[in-house]
Amino acid sequence: MKFKGYRRADGSIGIRNHILVIPTVSCVNRVALDVASKTGAVTFMHPYGCTFDAEENTTTEDTFIGHGRHQNVGAVLVVSLGCETASARRIADAIAPSGKPVEMLVVQKAGGARSTRDAGIEIVRRLQEEIAGEPSDEGDVSELIVALECGSSDAFSGLTANPAVGEAADILVGAGGTVVLSEITEMVGAERVLWRRGKTDEIRQDLMKLIKEYEIELSMTTQDDSGVFISPGNIEGGLTTIEEKSLGCIYKAGTQPIVQIVKYGERPTEKGVVIMDTPGFDIASVTGKVAGGAHMVLFTTGKGTPTGSCIAPVLKISSNNDTFKALREDIDLSAGDVLEGTKSLKQVGEEIVELVLETANGKQAKAEYFNIQEFAIPNVSVVRKEVIHQKLAEQNDFRFQQP
Amino acid sequence: MLEKTAIQIKESDHVATATVELLPAETVIVSGIGNGRPMKVEERIPRGHKIALRDIAAQEEILKYGEIIGVATQPISAGHWVHVHNCRGAKGRRFDATPAQQQGE
Repeated sequence: MKFKGYRRADGSIGIRNHILVIPTVSCVNRVALDVASKTGAVTFMHPYGCTFDAEENTTTEDTFIGHGRHQNVGAVLVVSLGCETASARRIADAIAPSGKPVEMLVVQKAGGARSTRDAGIEIVRRLQEEIAGEPSDEGDVSELIVALECGSSDAFSGLTANPAVGEAADILVGAGGTVVLSEITEMVGAERVLWRRGKTDEIRQDLMKLIKEYEIELSMTTQDDSGVFISPGNIEGGLTTIEEKSLGCIYKAGTQPIVQIVKYGERPTEKGVVIMDTPGFDIASVTGKVAGGAHMVLFTTGKGTPTGSCIAPVLKISSNNDTFKALREDIDLSAGDVLEGTKSLKQVGEEIVELVLETANGKQAKAEYFNIQEFAIPNVSVVRKEVIHQKLAEQNDFRFQQP
Repeated sequence: MLEKTAIQIKESDHVATATVELLPAETVIVSGIGNGRPMKVEERIPRGHKIALRDIAAQEEILKYGEIIGVATQPISAGHWVHVHNCRGAKGRRFDATPAQQQGE
């Protein structure tokens, strides 16, 4: 299975050739937006970039770097205010080794917002000429990293869209490709199944530890012991417990062994089924996987959502035909025929693989067409991390037990 | 009109998911691994919600996907609705809770 893309200096292949404008702090969001909208470059709006929490600052910088280094990005313009905690210099220097042009503008040195915008537009136009070209390099599906995500799930997500994506994941992994499952919150309750999927004992135990961390965090977030960790929409849709939701969620990753666990925004080095440490919040989860080099995202949804990424196509797959009809603008494919008994999971899985290849070849996802570009990082903090690790140490006995 | 169906995923499952709203005294066809077995509906079950495929005792673990999704907090008879009012998850409970509380009292 082949596609045409953009071969990068580091040997990787992109399926898009974006110029990305990175605002390093929310103070310069508007400048970045103006540059992008006047030139056709892409950018993202965010509330980050100035914090004294070391954990959050590092995660912010690393997520920006991951986006800049991404295979779908041909050139980068970093726009900085000048006094923020996220270091524009560190970000630009970390992107540069990927071999693409990286430019930087600092509002406090460039004469203000308007002057920076004008200088930015000039830089982007020059970069556009520099990297112009058709996608003429042949890529193989084994080079693709496909992220798996679900959001606004209903009771049918676990019966149609997620297992259909699982069929697609098996085909992609069978062809040598990589799929990335994340949202550790939605693995709580599915430990037994995931334990069986781990390729090595080390992976199994690391995964159980990671899931336990999220379970501890969940338990600390409620005042009472209601144990309700799914959204009101989930409950209305028929999901009863986090276990039920998790078991439906992990179907997305198919049946192949889990070969690696990566940190938030970290790029996988193994091929096959990879797990990334992200929270269940869709936007932060998609952002992390894209920062970690996902070329595109397969996003299953029950009730429908418009989510997109600035640099990677996010393909929406609905669990039922009603949502597909109601949100035609946002949803790329429906797995609802499985529910109506007119198609098998395998058939829909094959349709999804076809869509992956078309998208790799340049077909726009609906979220791309409508320019939907969400961006969020997880709610991280040094303090919270310490508390979770302390709790984890107190009840360390789970680690060596098969769930 | 088409037959009303509820999907059972694994042989060991205690519940099936209704693909349309089910009403008392109707017959639902249990599809999927259920192989089209007919079953009587005892209670209104909204679309996407779960119907008990057999009698479930209080404190019994409830299976879907062949895995535990929660524990019955009261006896549930076949044909009845299984949801937050009679099924409780065991995960993410407060760790200062007693072991009995963690298991749902």
